[in-house]
Amino acid sequence: MLAFILRRLLQSVVVMLFVALIAFSMFRFVGDPVASMLGQESRLEDHELLREQLGLNDPVFLQFARFIGNAVQGQFGISYRLQTPVTELIFSRLPATIELAFASALIALVFGVGLGVYTALRPRAWSTSIIMSASLIGVSLPTFLIGIGLIYIFAVELKMLPSFGRGETVNLGWWTTGLLTTSGLRSLILPAITLSLFQLTLIMRLVRAEMLEVLRQDYIRFARARGLSQRTINFGHALKNTLVPVITITGLQLGSVIAFAIITETVFQWPGVGSLFVNSVQVVDVPVMAAYLLFVALVFVVINLIVDILYYVVDPRLRVDARAGGK
Amino acid sequence: MAAPLLSIRDLTVEFHLRRGIFTAVDGVSFDIAPGEILGVVGESGAGKSMTGSAIIGLIDRPGRISRGEILFQGKPIQNLPVEEMNRLRGKKIGMVFQDPLTSLNPLYTIGHQLVETIRRHLPMTQEQARERAIALLGEAGIPSPAERIDSYPHQFSGGMRQRVVISLALAAEPDLIIADEPTSALDVSVQAQIIKVLKRLCESRGAAVMLITHDMGVIAETANRMIVMNRGKIVETGSVGDVIKRPREDYTQRLIKAIPSIRDETIRHAVPAADRPLVEVDKLTCDFMLSKSTLDRLLGGARSKTIRAVNEVSFSIPKGSTYGLVGESGSGKSTCARMMVGLIRPTGGRVLLDGDDVWAPGAGSQKRRRRVQMIFQDPYASLNPRWMVGDIIAEPIRALKLASNRAEIEDRVADLLERVRLDPASMKKFPHEFSGGQRQRIAIARALSSQPEFIVCDEPTSALDVSVQAQVLELMRKLQDEYGLTYLLISHNLAVVRQMADNVGVLHGGVLVENGPVDQIFDDPQASYTRMLLDAVPDISRVN
Amino acid sequence: MSTTPPESAAQIAASTPPGWFRRAAQSDILYSFRRSPIAMVAAFVTAVLVLAAVFAPFIAPYNPFDPSSLNLMDGFTPPMSSSFAGNYFLLGSDNQGRDVLSTILYGSRVSLFVGISATLFALTLGTALGLAAGYAGGRIDSVIMRIADIQLSFPAILIALLIFGIARGIIPPSRQEGMAIAVLILAIGLSNWAQFARTVRGATMVERQKDYVSAARIMGVGRFTILFRHVLPNTLGPVLVIATIGLALAIIEEATLSFLGVGVPPTQPSLGTLIRIGQQFLFSGEWWILFFPAVTLIALALAVNLLGDWLRDALNPRLR
Repeated sequence: MLAFILRRLLQSVVVMLFVALIAFSMFRFVGDPVASMLGQESRLEDHELLREQLGLNDPVFLQFARFIGNAVQGQFGISYRLQTPVTELIFSRLPATIELAFASALIALVFGVGLGVYTALRPRAWSTSIIMSASLIGVSLPTFLIGIGLIYIFAVELKMLPSFGRGETVNLGWWTTGLLTTSGLRSLILPAITLSLFQLTLIMRLVRAEMLEVLRQDYIRFARARGLSQRTINFGHALKNTLVPVITITGLQLGSVIAFAIITETVFQWPGVGSLFVNSVQVVDVPVMAAYLLFVALVFVVINLIVDILYYVVDPRLRVDARAGGK
Repeated sequence: MAAPLLSIRDLTVEFHLRRGIFTAVDGVSFDIAPGEILGVVGESGAGKSMTGSAIIGLIDRPGRISRGEILFQGKPIQNLPVEEMNRLRGKKIGMVFQDPLTSLNPLYTIGHQLVETIRRHLPMTQEQARERAIALLGEAGIPSPAERIDSYPHQFSGGMRQRVVISLALAAEPDLIIADEPTSALDVSVQAQIIKVLKRLCESRGAAVMLITHDMGVIAETANRMIVMNRGKIVETGSVGDVIKRPREDYTQRLIKAIPSIRDETIRHAVPAADRPLVEVDKLTCDFMLSKSTLDRLLGGARSKTIRAVNEVSFSIPKGSTYGLVGESGSGKSTCARMMVGLIRPTGGRVLLDGDDVWAPGAGSQKRRRRVQMIFQDPYASLNPRWMVGDIIAEPIRALKLASNRAEIEDRVADLLERVRLDPASMKKFPHEFSGGQRQRIAIARALSSQPEFIVCDEPTSALDVSVQAQVLELMRKLQDEYGLTYLLISHNLAVVRQMADNVGVLHGGVLVENGPVDQIFDDPQASYTRMLLDAVPDISRVN
Repeated sequence: MSTTPPESAAQIAASTPPGWFRRAAQSDILYSFRRSPIAMVAAFVTAVLVLAAVFAPFIAPYNPFDPSSLNLMDGFTPPMSSSFAGNYFLLGSDNQGRDVLSTILYGSRVSLFVGISATLFALTLGTALGLAAGYAGGRIDSVIMRIADIQLSFPAILIALLIFGIARGIIPPSRQEGMAIAVLILAIGLSNWAQFARTVRGATMVERQKDYVSAARIMGVGRFTILFRHVLPNTLGPVLVIATIGLALAIIEEATLSFLGVGVPPTQPSLGTLIRIGQQFLFSGEWWILFFPAVTLIALALAVNLLGDWLRDALNPRLR
């Protein structure tokens, strides 16, 4: 078990270094960081001074090492656009994104798995065809159109829910939450649904496909031949076997919710890191882009690690193989 | 005869497909008496498995029972509602499937699966059920069942898993067991043990068995009565002795004639004398590395493990003869073959073809490509489904640049197709338009097209039905005489080897335990492993 | 033994063998196409939209990007009515007086061009890397697949945004507009190759184990010949499915990027740009400026997706 986790950790570090290299290359080679920082009306001597201060004249390898050192301490420099430290910027906007991501991940997981199992167990029901068709429409609808549509219906026409922003928030010192006020919760509904729909359809189709595959297996046929009840077969045997492969992909899908929030945050003017990123891309604000990339990579790596450990807990074959391998 | 346990009357199973209605089982009627073992034999497509599935109510869409009755203990069961059928399955009728590797849920311990089945059908507490499960496993021949009960299926070998499957089928003391090819996925030696276990357990409980198999030998050694099926219909019914020794129907007679036997005394062909054998295998060795990741080595410090798949194997094959290499799965026989044709590089030792090392760079391997060919087991995987038959057969000619003229290549392909008894017009068709036996002929034609001297045949007939097997073997023999070919015949089927080979080698765990002329090995085996193997083979000559 | 009845399957196999692609290509595809009204409608809608986009200059009632023809007097004309200037607009006009129908026709051209080019790019790259990974195995395989894994766990839109941002930083501002479409194709293509790589690698690993490849190796056929003559053709079925679904994804991705304002330049608006423009007027009642481009986009994406879905089922009869 220890060897298994260590190996995964090591892989995670490699992945993070790889992403950090990309982030660093962006930082170093996209545009001229000095020009971006000083603006156009500056003297050449100042340029040279800043170059020296930033260590841009050092060997590239050393610069990369310094970049990583700073990144580990959470320092990504100063945003070209807003002239504020990037870390501060990201942390001030993180709560909004995380609350949105969690809400939609929950929706996607509950309905995705539920509908996937339902449609797999009733492959010929008319309700299944309706759900499956709807899911295909769901995949074909661009997220931003779903957002606009929901705003139009619920905010403009029915005037039931707010169309933009986070509503009132409560400051808990290190965290500003919208979950404690009615207006905050009401503001969360439309963005959360918008963000969840795509993942929901993906998870549902995945669960359905896996479950249909499992139901075709010999051990399910044998379980029927043993006379087990339909309930035991469906939920005791088939569902558990379905969940093993589903865990991985679902976990990663949920991780990508955070990055997916870019679109939803833009449509709903949600003050999260996603909209910060889009604004930064438009003006090539490299420090923010680099920091955001590393942030998303970190989320991915952490979720990946959790998923691997879950996988390990659920599947006995893996457990023994890992034990044998780690002897 | 006492009142039958199971009575089938005019059973018909149909599949409504878009090409029309396909009748898998066509008006089948038979009885099974309590406690008897009824063998059902037939080639693929005979409808034997479908009959078994129909009895236990496991026919999947789009198939359905369109006619007939299944009477179990006098009551019709073919139209029972799902819940009632569920209570019958496992409790009254148990079933054993072919592949023990996929029959058990990999995520639950075998104990869990046994207890769940027992408690479903018998009024027992968790502890009682567990005790019963341990007892059942012990009876089925699982060593130290009390410890093994909490193991997962993947921690057992195939044979052990099939014992678990049999315990599961018997868990609630059913009156009838339907065993669908229960040993076909297993090695001969394991097969014999499993048949014994099945027979013993059913006898001790008075359970009847419907034993479905393609292997007449298994039925000859196990069953009391037998049914021969073909194309959904029953061809012949009778006691095992009568049907095998005195078959009445044409189909049965042909079927039995096609089955090779290990007692078979075939007329040997004359092997031309030569001063040097064509193929010499000298201390051939192959190691497989189970590589470990760097981190594992850092943590464990252990060196990476190697497995010796083939260990210093030496034999030679005279020109124009057939050398049979037999062994069970994992014995290294296929690895041997792959080293001899140039697919796996040997770790040690040499393969000499006419004195040249086939692995030597340059001349040796060039010579090998021209003179060595191979025929594979699976006639579906050995032909590229997207190529036309003509191109498949011409591939060696083109690859080795034996002819470049289009017309010349076409002539040669047409000639080869005629040699393997196929219509030359077949060259414009695709592999999927042919049956398994015909595809194997195409594979043989491809092997012949570079005019090789030596052909390695890796289980060439084990994917085929017996009647087709007989035709392919006959073709191979004829071609051998025609072209003076030398064969290496690899097979797990001892009877086939006895029929075809001049000399035989027995591989066990990568070691050649015995090597010599075929009659000597089969009639007077020296190695204990060979003796065990020969004893274990179910053979129709053993009918009681 | 699968749940499909083995014996009947064997018997049917006399006429239908597992050379699945061939078989599918010959009869089943056409048969299942004729049997599936959804597939036929989807194919029809796709064909109409593609043809309309290709022939936009000939069928569009106006040229919306000819500044001389623009008349602010035409602005905000509702659908099926004439403007103050006396011009008739079937689907209405936008704030600058451009005919919505014409902008949609020209916009679909851009959307389809970017989508198809990006998909072809992703297909070529992914297939090549997948083949290399699957056939070479070992270290090459683990490096390529690890990158694909990382890539797959980031949403395509994020990757496309990043590539777009980087390109913007590298390319001098004067040339940005001219290269915008190329950058977009690159960004979308690079964010979608991993699916192809993964699928092709899987198929390659299955095929290279097959005996017909061994047979070719025995007779000394070269690596590349085996790869391109034997393995590649047998991986094309799944690739076709992914390409179809990938096309729908690429079209949506392009629209999303353009909607976010980082896509095509304003002089060549795609459907996404039109929606971005229309959104400004949605709340003030001029719904048609957004509505019709949105419907076109959804119809296009849905039709292509339905085709892909049907194709997957048709090529994989087991799932029926």
